[in-house]
Amino acid sequence: MMFWDPRVEEMPKEELQKLQYKLLKTLVYRLYSFSPFYHDRMKQSGVHPDDIQMLGDIRKLPFMYKRDLRDNYPDKIFVAGQDDLVRYHVSSGTTGKPTVVGYTRNDLDHWTASLARGLVSCGLGRGDVLQVSYGYGLFTGGLGLHYGAERVGATVLPTSVGNTERQIELMQDLHTTAIACTPSYLLHMGEVAEKMGVSIRDDTELRMGILGAEPWSDTMKARIEDWLGIKAYDIYGTSELSGPMFCECSEQKGFHVWGDLAYIEILDPETGESLGPGEKGELVVTMLQKEALPMIRYRIGDITSYDDGVCACGRTHPRVMRISGRVDDMLIIRGINVFPSQIEYALMAVPEVGQHFQIVVDRKGALDDMLVRVEVSRESFSDKITDLMAIRKNVEHKLRNTLNVAVNVELVEPGSLPRFEGKAKRVIDRRQL
Amino acid sequence: MTETDRYVIKQISIFSENRPGRLAAIAKALTEENINILAFSIAEADGFGVVRALVDKPKKAYEKLTGIGFNVAFTDVIAVKMRDSPGGLYEIAKMLANVQINIEYSYAYTGKEGGVLILRVDDAEQAVRLITSLGATLLESRVFQ
Repeated sequence: MMFWDPRVEEMPKEELQKLQYKLLKTLVYRLYSFSPFYHDRMKQSGVHPDDIQMLGDIRKLPFMYKRDLRDNYPDKIFVAGQDDLVRYHVSSGTTGKPTVVGYTRNDLDHWTASLARGLVSCGLGRGDVLQVSYGYGLFTGGLGLHYGAERVGATVLPTSVGNTERQIELMQDLHTTAIACTPSYLLHMGEVAEKMGVSIRDDTELRMGILGAEPWSDTMKARIEDWLGIKAYDIYGTSELSGPMFCECSEQKGFHVWGDLAYIEILDPETGESLGPGEKGELVVTMLQKEALPMIRYRIGDITSYDDGVCACGRTHPRVMRISGRVDDMLIIRGINVFPSQIEYALMAVPEVGQHFQIVVDRKGALDDMLVRVEVSRESFSDKITDLMAIRKNVEHKLRNTLNVAVNVELVEPGSLPRFEGKAKRVIDRRQL
Repeated sequence: MTETDRYVIKQISIFSENRPGRLAAIAKALTEENINILAFSIAEADGFGVVRALVDKPKKAYEKLTGIGFNVAFTDVIAVKMRDSPGGLYEIAKMLANVQINIEYSYAYTGKEGGVLILRVDDAEQAVRLITSLGATLLESRVFQ
């Protein structure tokens, strides 16, 4: 059994909890002193750093939400100064404003170390060729996996997303043994490979997939493993936590959340009540060592459960099960987070269509397909088909720019989309995961 | 009344989703108002279409269809009389080509007036002037409405 950092990974639980308490205490004092945002939050909640007397006292601290990042766009809640920032990543926000994450040198080191532990735990190392088919650039997936894999001595093939046929050729020519991408993209790759007369199982050396950035099921996992003849490991993260952070070990029974980097809670999303191991609820994460953009009791919105027992692999850190759903209406389309509110925002800039819309998500082959229905307004309707086609194209373009994912638009008659009083149900998700 | 007014006909154009029952809904509404359809066509695009019709009571048709939620617009078209025998369309089309009138879209019917070619052109005023000056017959809008 290989470990990247055995001292930490096998640390006895009691010692780990002591370390967590120490880190939490330091974090809270630091934020109370240096983060006007969190200082105010704590004051409003009537909690002082001195009130943190044990690890469980974390429950006294106020939550953070994605909207806090939006309201403080782009960097108002950063605790590090510009001189200490070494990188930005940007992801989609809930409306027109994206979410910006800044990193200090230490933040990048912790991110890379977290992945190095995870990658080694599922058997990646020297001699492996990891094809990183997550997007490179503002998205955290590509660069995150890239540096993690380099750190453990694997050879990285940074293919990024797209051009699937070329990816398959390179996979054969450079003897790729592991791939990091979304599970649906890997299935798509398998289909494209078959059309090219290539069997991933028989004609490549691929033996493992590090798959995440979208929800997937046991059925999908079984299909990937049986059809492609590889092992499929879940990887979890989000840009606010740094990026892809936590990965399943060889046991494939949930991803280890490194306790020295993060403290997890599972809460009842309605009551906020703390739930125990095995109970399904909302994952709440506190990043214990993040510097530039500290996240305390961050409500990501993912539904899952956790297991606090020592893993058969020997690691003492808790495991979180594959994400089974969301507390909000966020969709994940080809690995990209999409909020219906972003669409609402984008449509405001197109007066030719009304503010009502409907989203239909489907799987075409292995890939997600998103259709947005919008109503043509009475004022803008002309008899000319070309005018109508131009309106549709314009909406497609605006949505693509806002969401960073390709969208098909369908023009429908005014008044034909459902109207809602109260909470709108604008999404029809037909995907069978 | 100007020459243009005399010959320009108000066509109704209706936005329609491309799914079963939409044409029936339009036709039913017109039936209820006792509106007669003199000619019509459907232009289809990806996922939607535009139903275009010449009706005897365009204003009433507009109000009725709008009232039940349809997106309706008026469009100016003109109607050229054609000889109802081989070569009839060629005569008219050749004439339009000679004077460089571009047709945006067109549809035709054969009725008691003989063959009729409905035309949507960029500049109706200019088309009316050129077509009448060449000796072709335009149907007056009052024939329909």
